[in-house]
Amino acid sequence: MSDWTDDPTGGDMGEATSTPTGERDGPSGKEGLTLPSEVVGEPEAKQAQAHELEPDMSQEEEAERAEEEAIEKALVAETSEGDQELSPRSATPKVELFKEAGATLRIPEGSDSDIDVEVSDDQTMIINMGPQHPSTHGVLRIMMELDGETVLRTKPVVGYLHTGMEKTGEELTYVQGATNVTRMDYLSPLNNELVFSLATEELLGIELPERAVWIRMLLSELNRMSSHLMWLATNGMDLGSTSMMIYGFRERELVLGFFEKTTGLRMNHNFIRPGGVAADLPDGWEEDVELICDTIEASLLEYEELLTGQPIFRGRTEGIGILDPDTAVALSVTGPMLRASGVPWDLRRAMPYLHYDQVDFDVIVGTYGDTFDRYAVRFNEIRESIKIVRQVVERMPAGDYRAQDKKVTPPPRARIDESMEALIHHFKVFTEGFRVPEGETYVAIESPRGELGCYMVSDGSNKPLRMHIRAPSFVNLQSLPVLLRGGLVADAIAVISSVDPVMGEVDR
Amino acid sequence: MGDPLYAHGVDLAVFIIVVVRAVVAFAVLLVTVMLMIWFERKLISDMQNRIGPNRAGPFGILQTLADGIKLFFKEDLVPERSDRFVFKLAPYLSILPAFIAFAIVPVGGVVTIAGHPVELQVADPPIGILLLLAMSSIAVYGVMLAGWSSGSKYPLLGSVRASAQMISYEAALGLTVATVVLVTGSLSTRAMVISQAPAFWDWNLIRLGVVPFVVFLVAITAEVNRPPFDLVEAESELVGGFHTEYSSLRFALFYLAEFMNTITMSAVVVTLFLGGPDGPGFHFLPWLWPILWFLGKTFLFLFGYVWFRAALPRIRYDQLMDLGWKVLIPLSLGWLLFIAGLRINRVWGFAILGALVVVSPLLYRAVRIGRERVLSESRGPLQ
Repeated sequence: MSDWTDDPTGGDMGEATSTPTGERDGPSGKEGLTLPSEVVGEPEAKQAQAHELEPDMSQEEEAERAEEEAIEKALVAETSEGDQELSPRSATPKVELFKEAGATLRIPEGSDSDIDVEVSDDQTMIINMGPQHPSTHGVLRIMMELDGETVLRTKPVVGYLHTGMEKTGEELTYVQGATNVTRMDYLSPLNNELVFSLATEELLGIELPERAVWIRMLLSELNRMSSHLMWLATNGMDLGSTSMMIYGFRERELVLGFFEKTTGLRMNHNFIRPGGVAADLPDGWEEDVELICDTIEASLLEYEELLTGQPIFRGRTEGIGILDPDTAVALSVTGPMLRASGVPWDLRRAMPYLHYDQVDFDVIVGTYGDTFDRYAVRFNEIRESIKIVRQVVERMPAGDYRAQDKKVTPPPRARIDESMEALIHHFKVFTEGFRVPEGETYVAIESPRGELGCYMVSDGSNKPLRMHIRAPSFVNLQSLPVLLRGGLVADAIAVISSVDPVMGEVDR
Repeated sequence: MGDPLYAHGVDLAVFIIVVVRAVVAFAVLLVTVMLMIWFERKLISDMQNRIGPNRAGPFGILQTLADGIKLFFKEDLVPERSDRFVFKLAPYLSILPAFIAFAIVPVGGVVTIAGHPVELQVADPPIGILLLLAMSSIAVYGVMLAGWSSGSKYPLLGSVRASAQMISYEAALGLTVATVVLVTGSLSTRAMVISQAPAFWDWNLIRLGVVPFVVFLVAITAEVNRPPFDLVEAESELVGGFHTEYSSLRFALFYLAEFMNTITMSAVVVTLFLGGPDGPGFHFLPWLWPILWFLGKTFLFLFGYVWFRAALPRIRYDQLMDLGWKVLIPLSLGWLLFIAGLRINRVWGFAILGALVVVSPLLYRAVRIGRERVLSESRGPLQ
């Protein structure tokens, strides 16, 4: 803590600063307030000093004060995140300090080698950003150690949106599963459904009709566009460009409108299901898609004018939060972030799924790995998506939109009225679901945020024994301490935004 | 010199005129602020394909009033860890200078009321423009104390930013004002307006070269914390900046002060550089035209501010400081020397300009080499 907060009147603030120390022993704090650990000792001593400064305090007042303190401590214990929180240097293991500085794979030998000895604890202040903060994209909580306005150490604290969706997935049948996963990454729901369906189909070993595959590609790319547009919007907002936010939302609305027309819902579609897609594309979808592509292509040019060439924007993003390729790989960062660092790793190209090997598109790669590169990569990926969508429109084959496997997909509506068997199948599929052969699989696709993987274990029943989602936002978030190090608070905002975390996916 | 109103002593009529002037200015300023907030919201909505406020009154024009009333009835919260007295004092320190600074702005020409010549401005003190600088300095205290007394971290960061920003831009502001004072030969705002009156090309905007005008415009934008220099209350970084902990009427006062400063500063630009109420007049209602000219010019700047806000991202704190100290202050200082040289004669003027042109690249190079050295030294341990 610097000296301007350390004067006697600022004593309260001193206490607030060292709160994380007190919160560190959260679990033990539950046992009772009578057991202050050594770590809590320091602020208490400070308070004791403060007490001495006010000599004539009556017994009642003192009792009142004690009661207030007890309440406060109980509150701290209740809201503590325990070891997840950023604790002062003195209470942090060396290994963790090195990790925060980017030593991911190898901790330097001789642990008494100095890490940040030049800054002592009492010159810095730990500030808490989030979970309710305008630019933490939902409920991300970031604890930062600041020296003035310079960020030294960072720790993202997650879990505020934890809904147990992975566990829920084990309670739902494969038919119901898509409804569940679609709510994880709420900005690219179709990609979540896609990866779930791909994993299930791999276990089932069924072939999809061509049209279903192409429809999936169309939706997946449109979803990538809408997700990146949303990112452009929120990134603009974080950098103070409010107009960009509205424009981004405006264009995204077009895509969502098409989704609504196709799937019935703007988000959380449950449209891509094991065995194909839920319905065929609506009449006149080619014109709609063409309109979306044309409009977004035109407005991308406008955004370039508004942001890309804008000196203030360049100043805010260039050279900020640099992630070099080695560190990026070591931190298992994926998606646009990895590509911005110069690693041409795109699952659509590297390990093609659907029919991505049949369409022509470029993998956008950055050079410097800074915030501007991450912006540019996402920006140009929208263009590539438009390119893919146009090819999909051209090559969309006629045919069935789902596998006609009576055990997996429900029979067509018309058949139900005619055939008793169809009715029974329909009933069975939606109540009991289908059984999936024993086995395990891992399927990964390129979601707008990176490698979205689904690990699924089946014990032969109608529910997965274990369903795990490798969420790209979650993994990418761990690069934050490295990225934010040495930047300013304002840079931190730009960088957090450039990671593009979706908290629904992080906490699932 | 001074206000001609007091030339023949002070009688009752003069007293009444003074009071009426002050009250009218106060009321008009408040109403203008209300309209300005509405105008900003509406215009930004138009620029962003939105509708904007449209419920309260025609075109939502009473929205600000409704918001004000709502704020009035909200709970007035004083944080427990705050310095209560300073916390309550700060909003007033913020809003009073905004009012007072407007007093020196000449809104119109000189009219005769009850045999007294009356200048259409609240006051015309001999110190004139110095009052503006004094008031904008006091406004820093409002922001700084607000953040400091809140007893919370985000406001503290906000107020540290604010005081640094406002103080450093005051320097550039003062230097450009000095340039204007140099050619006017008086501190009085009325004298400045009169000296620009003869013709369009006598406006300080053209007479001084465009540089002081641009510097002044940038400096006051930073001074009143308007986008793109609004990092004091950068919502996405510091939540609400210095007024994070404020609510109810106290928050409204800060909000009001911000917009009032915007209006006052636009009016001051018009006074200093665009000839104030100067412009072609007509015989029909001769006192009205200067006022309309003044309003029109001021409106131009208000529009510009809203436009900035819609178009520009927020600048970063250190970049803002760089811009202030490394660009604006040297530039305005150099230009002041140049203008001063020209006041002696042409030879001196261009000699100084030549010297500046030679010296400044050298200085720039020296600074850059120094910075690179510092950077290369500091890079070691971080990597």
